[in-house]
Amino acid sequence: MIYESSPVAIAIFASFVVGVVGLSFWLGRKGQSAKGYYAAHGEIHWFVNGIAFAGDYLSAASFLGICGMIAFYGYDGFLYSIGFLAGWIVALFVIAEPIKALGKFTFADALDARFNSRGIKLAVAISTLIVSVFYLIPQMVGAGHLIVPLLGLPHAVGVILVGVAVTLIVVTAGMVSTTWVQFIKGSLLVFFCGVLTVMILGRGLEVNAGRPGAEDLSPQVRTVTPAGTVLINGQPQTAENDLRSVGTIHSLPDRYGAARETGPLRPLAYLSTLEDSKIITWSAKKHQDEQGSHTTYTPTIREGKDLLKPGGYFKGLSSGTLTDRLNFASLMLALFCGTASLPHILIRYYTVKDAAAARKSTVVGIAAIGGFYVLTLYLGLGAMTSGYLDPTSSNMAAPLLAKSFSETLFAVISAIAFTTVLGTVSGLIMAGSGAVAHDLIENCCGVTMTDHEKVRAGKIAAVGLGIAAMALGILFRNFNVSFLVGWAFHIAASANLPALVMLLFWPRTTKQGITAAVTVGMLSSLGWILLSADTFEKVYGLSRDASPIPFSQPGLVTIPLGFVVLVVVSLLTPRPTPQQVAT
Amino acid sequence: MGNDHNGQAQSGSRSRRLGMQLFLVYVLLYAGFMGVVLFRPDALSWRPFGGVNLAIAYGMGLIAAAFILAMIYMAACRSDTADR
Repeated sequence: MIYESSPVAIAIFASFVVGVVGLSFWLGRKGQSAKGYYAAHGEIHWFVNGIAFAGDYLSAASFLGICGMIAFYGYDGFLYSIGFLAGWIVALFVIAEPIKALGKFTFADALDARFNSRGIKLAVAISTLIVSVFYLIPQMVGAGHLIVPLLGLPHAVGVILVGVAVTLIVVTAGMVSTTWVQFIKGSLLVFFCGVLTVMILGRGLEVNAGRPGAEDLSPQVRTVTPAGTVLINGQPQTAENDLRSVGTIHSLPDRYGAARETGPLRPLAYLSTLEDSKIITWSAKKHQDEQGSHTTYTPTIREGKDLLKPGGYFKGLSSGTLTDRLNFASLMLALFCGTASLPHILIRYYTVKDAAAARKSTVVGIAAIGGFYVLTLYLGLGAMTSGYLDPTSSNMAAPLLAKSFSETLFAVISAIAFTTVLGTVSGLIMAGSGAVAHDLIENCCGVTMTDHEKVRAGKIAAVGLGIAAMALGILFRNFNVSFLVGWAFHIAASANLPALVMLLFWPRTTKQGITAAVTVGMLSSLGWILLSADTFEKVYGLSRDASPIPFSQPGLVTIPLGFVVLVVVSLLTPRPTPQQVAT
Repeated sequence: MGNDHNGQAQSGSRSRRLGMQLFLVYVLLYAGFMGVVLFRPDALSWRPFGGVNLAIAYGMGLIAAAFILAMIYMAACRSDTADR
């Protein structure tokens, strides 16, 4: 669809970027120590850290991706919300306090606390970089995708804008500015999503709501010719001849009689009324011929009760085939185990003063993130029935839902969508710069540095990662972004979680066992992903049948494999000394 | 002094034990949800709570349970700290 750029959105986004970069320069005006740069001196208040957890964790995938998935496929998007939140239970009960007690600046510090092993440092630093890059690419690609319709700028400009802003935030005051940006972003995101949800409930459900034509049931065809011209239903795309907005209620439950709107609804009544309604959803089908690439969008009138149960996106849940079930179970396992293994989340535990503060900040994080994920269900369903959905882009569901209320709210939500990218990317670059400067250069290569040099090395690494992030964001422009976030969770859970859990709970764990588990977990999950049917089809453009891997999501195999490798290698190598076990 | 130290260690390990028990409770709840989604998906259409189906009720319940268990753990750790 063609979007008009919104001057209000540009103004709000620009003022936010100027505000946070200005704040970063202000926070970075004093000289910095390595502890200040990498861990904010360990002086962040637990409540601020808890909200910053939300700002760090709730990426574009959570905000735009889940809302869009619910808006287009129904309940299945909410399964991601459940899995993403469940991972925080592992963080709270298993990881939070020990990792604070063991570590200093990076995740490698914690895993290597007992052993002082170069092998561990090298393996964990590489794993941190791989996970961070896999997580970074979709954020940058998402930034570019957002900026095209919202600000009317080219994709590359969006990527560069976000890359430069984030790099400035990180190099000015390191973890201090990163924390405050994430705190601001987390607060804004949860608050405005709450506001939007209240407005959705206040509006209730309405038959044929939204823009004129949303109720039209005739299919729409978008064609991209070999010359790159876009045609809508066979005619050149213009503001007047564009795809219609879609997604609306076809009919309300019988109890509403001839009424066409429900009026305000309570939270549970909203869900039950939707379940008894009929809703018009749209699906896309592509085909290619000599005239170009054609996408046909077709409406279907569906029962609300079918949209509010699993199976809309994860088709395998209704088909019942074993491999589809294994695929789904594997994804949900990776979401559960992956959160507490993400390096950019783990380094946030070093920014508070002690284990009790780490615990309290995790609980605040769970409250903020859990609250947000409950709201995603209402946001997604509100978008599904708003009559404002863009059939070509599920990522635009949340901003367009806001547009169904007012242009100003659209501008605010669009600007917040950008801030989700800023907050998450700054955390990822922070984690990556620590892995390069602290783990690889200082600890692994043995380069002795003064405190000032450690900070400078971290900043140079952050600039390098920022440039790499921009390049990758442009290079992977056409890549399926949600795909990569899922990969990051699988790799993090397979490479990091077995080593971390066994180090904490099994005294027989050896340094060789940890090194082997991280290496095998990382390589096996990465290899599995690269050989999977999904990658063959969506990345290489090959037939799914050519893949040698039985199902695409690796976690179900590679997470247990990490545990097995650690146990076997530890049993085959000399016991750790009593001093090491006591650490 | 030695008794104080032992007391701290005991209350600390009490919290850790409770933490692991609460973790297992959540794992069971999560596994139960996964089991229903994978093997009895039709059961999720059942509407036991105010017209809301089991899929939504269980999903919301898992999110609420995470927060409730976290608060129980916080309270236990606070009482441990007070004991010390």
